[in-house]
Amino acid sequence: MTSTHEPGRLLVVDDNKVNRILLSRGLEQYGHIVETAENGKQALEMLKRGEYDLVLLDIEMPEMNGYQVLEACLQDAELRDLPIIMTSSLDELDSVVKCIELGAEDYLNKPVNYVLLRARVNASLEKKRLRDEQRKLIRTFTTKEVADELLKTGFSLRGNFVNASVMFADIRSFTALAESQPPDEIIEMLNDYYALMFDAITSHGGSVNQMMGDGLMAIFGAPVYYEDHSERAVRAALEMLELLDGFNQSQVAQNKSQIKIGIGVASGQVIAGFTGTQHRAMYTCIGDTVNLAARIEDYTKSIDQSILIDSYTYKDLPDSIKTQPLGPVVFKGKSVSIDVYSVETDSHKA
Amino acid sequence: MPEIDKATFDELKQMSGADFIGELIDAFLDDAPNMIQNMQTALSAKDVESFRRNAHSLKSNANTFGATRLGVLAKELEFMAKENNLDIGNRLEVVKDAYDKVAEELKGMRS
Repeated sequence: MTSTHEPGRLLVVDDNKVNRILLSRGLEQYGHIVETAENGKQALEMLKRGEYDLVLLDIEMPEMNGYQVLEACLQDAELRDLPIIMTSSLDELDSVVKCIELGAEDYLNKPVNYVLLRARVNASLEKKRLRDEQRKLIRTFTTKEVADELLKTGFSLRGNFVNASVMFADIRSFTALAESQPPDEIIEMLNDYYALMFDAITSHGGSVNQMMGDGLMAIFGAPVYYEDHSERAVRAALEMLELLDGFNQSQVAQNKSQIKIGIGVASGQVIAGFTGTQHRAMYTCIGDTVNLAARIEDYTKSIDQSILIDSYTYKDLPDSIKTQPLGPVVFKGKSVSIDVYSVETDSHKA
Repeated sequence: MPEIDKATFDELKQMSGADFIGELIDAFLDDAPNMIQNMQTALSAKDVESFRRNAHSLKSNANTFGATRLGVLAKELEFMAKENNLDIGNRLEVVKDAYDKVAEELKGMRS
């Protein structure tokens, strides 16, 4: 069999020498790097010291048996996501079921069949690679806390209702800006801009879940719930403007265009969850609140304000954040009027 | 009547590679006497758990090489121990005898 696969670093755990060398041989022939342990205790020590992609674990062993190793791995934050394939004889089906229920990735019968061995190992390694990629992706979009939470709760594609604050931010008259500058300068400017905005958002516990050209959407209070999501969103908005101030000063100094943005925040119930397929998914939020945040952000342009918020966001803000009521506004697609407030942009200095 | 099932053994040989089968046989001939010795010791010490585990290992290896009868005998002992029953009569002697025959056959199959 010569299917394409990437070699993995594997640990074979078996108290039985014949099994150890038979398993190692089958995997080494296939290009994997294999180390072996003779019992559970030794295996756990090796796992804590080294980096492995996959473990093949015997159930019946002296010192520490397969269950105990499996349980120890599942309780260890560093080892929890390491795929473990149980190896057992046919008449241990009960034990195998128990291991799968505990969280083992797969199982393999002994005497081992090399075709099955390689297929299961490659499938597990492939799944691990996807998970690792997903994790990397998640880390680039959120704070470490959010990523950890997501990794702990798993990537279920289920949605749920959460109370959160949704932010939209957009560059004013970006099209005109884009037409007046060389493309590489535009991209460089956008990248610098996004880096600053991400910083402001993630440092307040928010996560950016969409970027669309010159605009972005961020959410506060999901996937990790924060009681003070409204305040976090508004404080992030204020910091975004502050960072942008510094950015614009350096742009002026280099004789380059400045960026002006509008930010809209709305709070309330949203439906949040992962959408997509098991292989490609993103965390997203939908619902009236999201829609309203986008409308409010759009409204910043009409009345030349930097930060606008809805009444649900307003009511949870501390007094230290200064706001101005702008009265009720009827937005497109909404049957009722919404009380809108502007946030005073120097209120963060208070 | 041979102890080793030829089809199982040939499959193992083909799977692991003819150049490798000798190493595998040596590992078994090295390990199995210890397992049987451990069973003997465990029996005297009435250590059911150790007896069961060693019977389990012997069964596992016997099945790998196609030593069907030895596998069945070891499995029987494993199950008795699982039931906390070490009243095994002369069964360990029968296992030893079966193993000796298996070992002889395997030595001749090394190349």
